[in-house]
Amino acid sequence: MINLTIDNTPLTVEEGTTVLEACKQAGIKIPTLCYLENIQAIGACRVCLVEIERVKDLVASCVMPVAEGMKVTTNNRRVREARKVVVELLLSEHEGDCQTCDRNEDCELQSLAHDLGIKELRYEGEKAQRFQDHSTAGLVRDSAKCISCRRCVTVCTAIQTVSALFPQSRGFKTTIGPAFAQNLDTVTCVQCGQCAAVCPVGAISERDQIDEVWAALDDPSKTVVVQTAPAIRAALGECFGMEPGTLVTGKMTTALRNMGFDAIFDTDFSADLTIMEEGTELLTRLKKALVDKEDVALPMFTSCCPSWILFAEYFYPDMLSNLSTCKSPQQMMGAMVKTYYAKKIEKKPEEIVMVSIMPCTAKKHEAARDEMNDSDAQDVDIVLTTRELGKMVKQAGIDFSSLADSEMDAPLGLSTGAADIFANTGGVMEAALRTVYEIVTGRELPFENLHVSPVVGLEGIKDAEITIEGTVPEWSFLEGVTVKVAVAHALGNARKLVDKIRAGEAEYHFVEVMTCPGGCIGGGGQPRITTDEVRKKRIAAIYAEDEGKTLRKSHENEGVAKLYEEFLGVPLGHKSHELLHTKYYKKELV
Amino acid sequence: MPDANMSVTCSCGTNENNETLFDKLDEILEEYKFKEGGLIPVLQIAQGLFGFLPEEALHHIATKMNKPYSEVAGVVGFYSYFSTQPRGNNVIRVCLGTACYVRGGKQVLDSLKKELHIDVGETTEDKVFSLEVARCFGACGLAPAIMINDDVHQRVKPTRIKQILAPYYKTEMEEA
Repeated sequence: MINLTIDNTPLTVEEGTTVLEACKQAGIKIPTLCYLENIQAIGACRVCLVEIERVKDLVASCVMPVAEGMKVTTNNRRVREARKVVVELLLSEHEGDCQTCDRNEDCELQSLAHDLGIKELRYEGEKAQRFQDHSTAGLVRDSAKCISCRRCVTVCTAIQTVSALFPQSRGFKTTIGPAFAQNLDTVTCVQCGQCAAVCPVGAISERDQIDEVWAALDDPSKTVVVQTAPAIRAALGECFGMEPGTLVTGKMTTALRNMGFDAIFDTDFSADLTIMEEGTELLTRLKKALVDKEDVALPMFTSCCPSWILFAEYFYPDMLSNLSTCKSPQQMMGAMVKTYYAKKIEKKPEEIVMVSIMPCTAKKHEAARDEMNDSDAQDVDIVLTTRELGKMVKQAGIDFSSLADSEMDAPLGLSTGAADIFANTGGVMEAALRTVYEIVTGRELPFENLHVSPVVGLEGIKDAEITIEGTVPEWSFLEGVTVKVAVAHALGNARKLVDKIRAGEAEYHFVEVMTCPGGCIGGGGQPRITTDEVRKKRIAAIYAEDEGKTLRKSHENEGVAKLYEEFLGVPLGHKSHELLHTKYYKKELV
Repeated sequence: MPDANMSVTCSCGTNENNETLFDKLDEILEEYKFKEGGLIPVLQIAQGLFGFLPEEALHHIATKMNKPYSEVAGVVGFYSYFSTQPRGNNVIRVCLGTACYVRGGKQVLDSLKKELHIDVGETTEDKVFSLEVARCFGACGLAPAIMINDDVHQRVKPTRIKQILAPYYKTEMEEA
């Protein structure tokens, strides 16, 4: 242990702690711009300066380890002025159109300038050449806003191992971006938006599609249908100052109704539908492998996450047959709304505008994929992130906090608790096991409260084994079989896991992959900034939503049962194949 | 895979089959690919082979060394020594390090730009010269200094640029 004093108060911390972390333990807030807890501490932005006795210059506290007897001062004129100058110099290069910036009132640089008491811009410097990148469906970039903090580079390389972004050029001309400062569509990018989720300023954001939704709502010839992903309900409240993990399902539904959507459906419904299809697909693959001794691709990977799909298409093209052919819940909903529901309300698919609210930037890309037109129209027309919905609610002048709760619409608004947990890492696996186990044995999944505890939580790679006993006659070939499952979140972890599987060092039957740390609750389109603490709170809210429901298994969803009865027939049937399943394509790495 | 029909002119003046160049690059990569800090020497050697760093070669290097293309591009962009554009047969580097700068390096550069009708990073139409700037050759005592290929020219005066360049034109003619 190391003894030091911070602002004359003695403190004992573990060796290897940085001065910044020690200050945090002492309850002192040091301003930062490039620092990301547990992810990046590189002293790039120079905002976290502190004074240390007998050290001539001020030091960046995020990279300074504590030492015995160290005397740290975090608040005196010299420190305050130095931090101010650092931020003023950043502002001198920064395109400061705050009022019209996407990040207005949600910008770390803006609030830091305010907190430090910067009242005028004393320095007017040369500005680097500005370029804006609108080349991809999910993300937009603006070099004039970038402060070169490198947070995006670190999440893209170290967390996701996609490495689309890296500092290019040198000195004043440095830009953060793809190779040779080209557009994002020229390189391997999976559109996950984790860069946008950690960007402190308006340099990387989602493509703003709010006006497209207003235009649809204003068009009397259109029926505008909205679906909301499971992860939205545990995070949207943060856009209105609520605590992370506040469940706002009912308020969100009321807000959407007040804004004029004609029908409000739940992506939870199509998550339940996904389990019916994907669970059946898994059992079919297992039967082929175990009984028919056919050469079938195992393990089967989940396919709900569009960035994971892109990641597999780029980095593991040899394993595309391992991906479940199921479309994601978003796309299943789109296809059902524009066929099954369209028929019910006697509309043509092109008369319906399908809007999705997703915690994700890659969902914008997914909706625009060429394959996603099985209803004879684009199945999902517009995708908004959680943040965009928050802005839209504000634009509508709705006082979100004071809204009363309301219910989503039948028939595609019904859902079970199994669908809620699609929002977090381990959730899709647990939902699938709840249904598959019960189909095969006729009994409930033997875990306390139905939670598959080994795959719950924020550990990067998790696995579990479940031995199937007491099967019903139809599934007797699975008697005594130990089903091995694994779960990975963050693509770096997925890469480790898939590499092991590919090398034959690990064997599984079913693997869940979610791109974003923590799963969709930590998605690239969620309110900023998502720390592990925030992730845990959102996950707790999602499990509470699940546990609060009477129906907690996808096969108990009566709406889904009715859909099969009236329209689809059986899981993996002809119609399902046409509307709910898809293909994947090898993509060239750049 | 690199396009075997791609036309690349080597800075040494000989036209070498592109396939041969990539074979040579592969030999280099075998030696360096697992070495810590191997990227920069590989890029240097590759630039020597191709005369510049063509995109195909950079992709090839990134793949073989198992490094992100964005990182390879970042390193190439960081050092002014590396060029992704075909260059002239003679590369002029004007030192703008502190000593050269204060002793008139900037004026030497301006004079070169005027004489050659090109800007920094460009190549003359006749492909004889490319103009680049550098930060310190470690020849501060000779400031202001310029390098043409491997020759260092010391205490350069802006008015004497024509004379310095003349022999290189002459060599061009002889070779032709």
